[in-house]
Amino acid sequence: MTGSMDLPAKGGFDFDLCRRNNMLEKNGLKLPGFLKTGTTIVGLVFQDGVVLGADTRATEGPIVADKNCEKIHFMAPNIYCCGAGTAADTEAVTDMVSSQLQLHRYATGRESRVITALTLLKSHLFRYQGHVSAALVLGGVDCTGPHLHTVYPHGSTDTLPFATMGSGSLAAMSVFESRFKEGLTREEGIELVSDAIRAGIFNDLGSGSNVDVCVITKGKTEYLRNHQLPNPRTYASSKGFSFTKGQTEVLSTKIIPLKQKVEVAEGGDAMEE
Amino acid sequence: MSRRGDWVYENNGGTCVAIAGADYCVVAADTRLSVGYSILTRDHSKICDLADKCVLASSGFQGDIKALHKNLAARELLYQHQHNKRMSCPAMAQLLSNTLYYKRFFPYYAFNVLGGLDSEGKGCVFTYDAVGSYERTGYSAQGTGSTLIMPVLDNQLKSPSPLLLPARDAVTPLSESEAIDLVKDVFASATERDIYTGDKLEIVVINKAGTKREYIELRKD
Repeated sequence: MTGSMDLPAKGGFDFDLCRRNNMLEKNGLKLPGFLKTGTTIVGLVFQDGVVLGADTRATEGPIVADKNCEKIHFMAPNIYCCGAGTAADTEAVTDMVSSQLQLHRYATGRESRVITALTLLKSHLFRYQGHVSAALVLGGVDCTGPHLHTVYPHGSTDTLPFATMGSGSLAAMSVFESRFKEGLTREEGIELVSDAIRAGIFNDLGSGSNVDVCVITKGKTEYLRNHQLPNPRTYASSKGFSFTKGQTEVLSTKIIPLKQKVEVAEGGDAMEE
Repeated sequence: MSRRGDWVYENNGGTCVAIAGADYCVVAADTRLSVGYSILTRDHSKICDLADKCVLASSGFQGDIKALHKNLAARELLYQHQHNKRMSCPAMAQLLSNTLYYKRFFPYYAFNVLGGLDSEGKGCVFTYDAVGSYERTGYSAQGTGSTLIMPVLDNQLKSPSPLLLPARDAVTPLSESEAIDLVKDVFASATERDIYTGDKLEIVVINKAGTKREYIELRKD
């Protein structure tokens, strides 16, 4: 950044604190981690529209932070978006574009188009040069027909009949490449998407728990939250755990009563406007 | 870290737990072997029977673990030939410590838990770091899920400090079946939150009657 501070920043990130952060890191400060979604997300086009699918595990490194999070985000009544990458980024970018689409619907008086959402997403992500780590599978049905797109963190997009993203994308894609064909029925589409997500859940350590599915057709969207739950807890102790008083050793006790500084007067006038 | 070309280790994940009782010892480990975000196999034992009353569970880098187990098994066989008896658990504990420290400057990437019965028939558990520092305790957990499991064991099995005088018994008053039930529940819980732990749980119970093995299913995702 040069010395001139005349104009306020118009967009993008402010990198002023990078030098300070590097110095702190060198001096031993541990930076906070990011919550990533590990993830398997998929989408495919079938005869009447699109089917989207996602797993429900959110990880923070090797730990599962959320066993049942929602990765299929609402964009418009006829458009949904699956998100992989940094959870905050996927949430923020899909919320933002969803709001922009609603304002656009009010301005135009028409149903949102998938390519509108696509353009808004890709321009935002490109402006941030890949620092917004969101990898998306965008699908929906509008007046021009069913659409399915993938959006990469740097802002590039693909238009595909079937797509997978996330750490489990290879496991899911192996299922799609074996069994996808044009003109699938609704049941076949849901089954293929569920099988692909399950491949990611069981073979990728970054994905797990349950299968979420979203079916979008002309005029109707069905969000099947937890469509499949193939991972119940395997064992729970029947006698349970008790945490009785005394089980955790108390080494010392010190009670400091707080001094009352305020005198409470009964009655009096009600607060003025 | 990944810029340097000399990182020779790899963490294959997994968790090991051992609990010592008055006349038994429970040693358990999951059977998942992983690398990065992939699973190599769902059916790999991390437990090695070193002597009739002594069992070693290790998690970490499988290449080093295989070599370590082979090394110890060979040394135990030599001991058998030289002394006409099998190695006791405390003796094996010292041997393991020495073997690990021998490679102090190119360590075995192995996180070990040794369990068994001592010469009096009481349960004993020895816990190690990667270079051989060890301690006899009442229970221990090592591996990727250890940080999830240890606090629960601390709460349920709280051992008296080894610094107390007179020396207090570290073994848990729980019965064998209660300890096994605790191990199963604690592994099921660790599997929920640790991506590297899961698939199957192998439980080895050592008591004066001998050694018994049991397997239970864990989450496979």
